[in-house]
Order: sequence, then structure tokens, then C-alpha cells
Amino acid sequence: MAMIEMKNVSKWYGSFQVLKDCSTRVDKGEVVVVCGPSGSGKSTLIKCVNALEPFQQGEVVIDGISVGAPGTDLPKLRARVGMVFQHFELFPHLSIMENLTLGQIRVLRRSEEEARDKGVKLLERVGLKEQAQKFPGQLSGGQQQRVAIARALAMDPLCMLFDEPTSALDPEMINEVLDVMVELALEGMTMMCVSHEMGFARKVAKRVIFMDQGEIVEDAPKEDFFGKPRSERAQQFLSKILHH
Amino acid sequence: MGALDISFFNADLVSKFLWNGFVFSIQLTLVAMAGGILIGTLLALMRLSGRAWLALPAAAYVNTMRSVPLVMVILWFFLLIPFVTGRPLGAEWSAIITFTLFEAAYYSEIMRAGIQSVSRGQVHAGNALGLSYAQTMRLIILPQAFRNMLPVLLTQTIILFQDTSLVYAIGAYDLLKGFETAGKNFNRPVEAYLLAAAVYFVICYSLSSVVKQLQAKIAIVR
Ligand SMILES: Nc1ncnc2c1ncn2[C@@H]1O[C@H](COP(=O)(O)OP(=O)(O)OP(=O)(O)O)[C@@H](O)[C@H]1O
Ligand SMILES: [Mg+2]
Repeated sequence: MAMIEMKNVSKWYGSFQVLKDCSTRVDKGEVVVVCGPSGSGKSTLIKCVNALEPFQQGEVVIDGISVGAPGTDLPKLRARVGMVFQHFELFPHLSIMENLTLGQIRVLRRSEEEARDKGVKLLERVGLKEQAQKFPGQLSGGQQQRVAIARALAMDPLCMLFDEPTSALDPEMINEVLDVMVELALEGMTMMCVSHEMGFARKVAKRVIFMDQGEIVEDAPKEDFFGKPRSERAQQFLSKILHH
Repeated sequence: MGALDISFFNADLVSKFLWNGFVFSIQLTLVAMAGGILIGTLLALMRLSGRAWLALPAAAYVNTMRSVPLVMVILWFFLLIPFVTGRPLGAEWSAIITFTLFEAAYYSEIMRAGIQSVSRGQVHAGNALGLSYAQTMRLIILPQAFRNMLPVLLTQTIILFQDTSLVYAIGAYDLLKGFETAGKNFNRPVEAYLLAAAVYFVICYSLSSVVKQLQAKIAIVR
């Protein structure tokens, strides 16, 4: 059963086409990793999934609901799609706990107490229970990103989107975030991750999508992608990043 | 002209001539600040809405207000109101409304810069949680914009406080007017104006120091 389905999505910035007829799907419980060179449109693609970026053509369907359709309650739909950003985007004026409870209280209408309980549980899960009263600026990058994941999980999402969650981190902090993501994947969370962490992809991805110049060039099961990518561009890209 | 004599400046004079004027100047400053920031924020949101029918009128309003001298707006509003409504409004009320509307233009430019100083990623993060546009603005963007701009907002308020002396044009009784009246009464106008300058200086200078401290604090938080 498809959790996320993209059908022929195209997007333009003025006359520049960022996404060219992109189609793919992520089934329930699947992890799909999206990679590709800088500027190829990965962030744009993943932001189209919950319509943070509008697109001009095509359709995105999440759990049976069309994102772009006129009658769709976008906030309600987005609340069920967790999103983690490259630069964390925690709310700097709110404490860690408030970051975790804001959406629960304002969007899901949970009581403050219920939201806090959930927040505490999730902080415990990402190993940051002691930091609840601090502010984002007082945490390391790796800690902030783990809070960001907890914030998304607090909404009990149907699926999770990640946009290069580790690429802004110092090398020694990458693993603490990847560990949380691996655990999530193993629990059966549906995930679409823009990432160049091929170790992570090897471990948990079902499929790998390779993008170049706004196109989905390759969309293959992990084994095929790492074994024998069909396109030349993907081969070049892989040889480049696997050397590092 | 003889030596300066400020012996007439005593508690009695303060309570008789200055206190009421001082209270009005402060009231005018605070009301115009609160109202100005509120209306200014709305104007800023209109200008950033991306909708021409909201953005254009707001821009026109702000640019007009910023292109005319305040004293002229004060006079015009004071003279125009009885003409339009058939009843005079009184100098004090007229001053309060004029200052609020005028300062809104300046505060709106500050708030616009403040909103733009918050990264787009914060809007995305708010939206991704399912917050509506209004919620994202109110709970995420505006608090940060306000915090980032607090020193500038306060600096504008200091200017506003200085400008309140312009209400002399319509004969409202403010702090400066208090000094002037006292000076006339004791036949010591020069001393009265000197004292007035000193009082304005002390108030504005202490507020500026507060702003400086705030700036340093905000730099640390960021
Ligand atoms: N707001 C915008 N206006 C115009 N062009 C844009 C805008 N945002 C992105 N682009 C362009 O769209 C293309 C795709 O951008 P996108 O951020 O999706 O790439 P990416 O694959 O995520 O790259 P990176 O690995 O650097 O994050 C780039 O060429 C970029 O310059
Ligand atoms: Mg990107």
C-alpha cells in the first residue's frame, strides 16, 4: 500500500524547471533514500511531498489524500507528515519541551499534560531527557537534530521526511543522529530521506532514488543500485561519494 | 541679562506645572508605541503577504506617512477632525491618535525588517507541524522578529518621546509646555528651557543605555 505517491510532478521557478516529471512511491513501512548532486532538486522534491513548495503539474497523494487538491486541509495533512530539516529549524525562542509540545497542543489539541508526557517519553528515547528546560541554542548540533526528530515524532506521523539531516553536522555527531533514524526505520516507520550517508542507505533502505538536474534518473532496489546502477550519471556520482 | 537662577525649580513647581505635562508625554509615548507597533505589525504583514490588494495600500500608507513632517500631520489632523465630524476632538486625543497612526509607519518598517530577519526555514518548520499561516506568524515568526528588533523598536520609541514635544503646535499640555508655562510664570524662560533640555536628556540618555545593554544581551542569545 502506497503511503506516499508522486505522479508526474513538475515544478518551475520562473522559466527554470526544477523538477521534471518526477514519479515515485514509498510504501507503508518502507525506507527510501534520495541522493544526487547538489542542485539536482532533492530538497525541492521532498518539500513538494507535504506542499511546503507548491508544484505546477502532477499529483502527490499521501495515505490516499491528494496534497494539491483544492478541498484538502493542508495543515491537517502536514500535521501527520513529520519533517526534519538540514538546519534543524527548532524554534529558538522556545524551550526544548515547548518545541515538542507546541504542535501537539495547537494542532492536535492535546492537553498540556498529555503533550508533556509525550515530550518526556520522546526526549528519553533520543537520549536528551535532561535537556527539556534548555533552549535550542544551548544544545550541540547533533542534540538539536535529535530534538527535531522527537518534535516530528510527537505528532504521531504516518511517515517521515528527512532533508539531509546530517549534512550540517560535525562528523563526530553524525552517528548519534543516524542511530536514531536507523532505530526508527527498524520499527517500521515509513521514511523518505534525502541523504548521502550510503552506510545508512545500505543498512535500512529498501530503494534508492538518484536525481540529477531535476529528474529521477534511477529508482531501484538498494541491491541493484549499489550493485550495478544502470545510468552513467549514477555510477559517476556513486564512485565520487563512496571514495570519501 | 542677569545670572541664571534656577531657585524657582522646586517640588511645588513640579507638582503645579510639570507633573501633568510629564504624565501626558509619557502616556502619549506609551499609547503611540503600543498602538504603533500593533498597527505597524499589521501593515508589515500586509506588505509581506504577497497579495497586491493588501501590499499596495499598506506600502502607500507607510511611504506617505514617512514623507511628510510629523508636525504637519499633527496640525492637519487637529484641524481636519472638527471639519469632518463637526465636533472638535481636543488636543490630547487628537495628539494620541495622530502619533499612533504616524508612528505605525515607522514601526511597520522595523517589523518588516524583523520578519524578514527570521529564516524561511522557520516558516517551513511551523507549516510542517501543521500550524496555519496565522499560527506560524503569531507563535513562531513574530516573537522572533520582535525579539531581534527590540533594540531598534526602543530606539524608535526614544525618538517618539522626543517628538511628543511637537504637540505644542496644537496647544496640548505636555512636559515641554509645562516648563514653558513655569518659565513664563516666574519670568525665567531661559532657565526653564535649559532645565527642560536637561530633563529630556536624562530620560533619553538612560533609555539609550538600556537599549545598549539589551543589544549586547540579544547578541549573546543569538
Ligand atoms: N526559490 C528558488 N528560486 C529559484 N531557484 C531555486 C529556488 N530554490 C531552489 N532553486 C534552484 O532549484 C534547484 C534545486 O534546488 P534544491 O535545493 O532542490 O537542490 P538540492 O538537490 O536539494 O541541492 P543541495 O544538495 O545543495 O541541497 C537548484 O538549481 C536551485 O538553485
Ligand atoms: Mg537540498
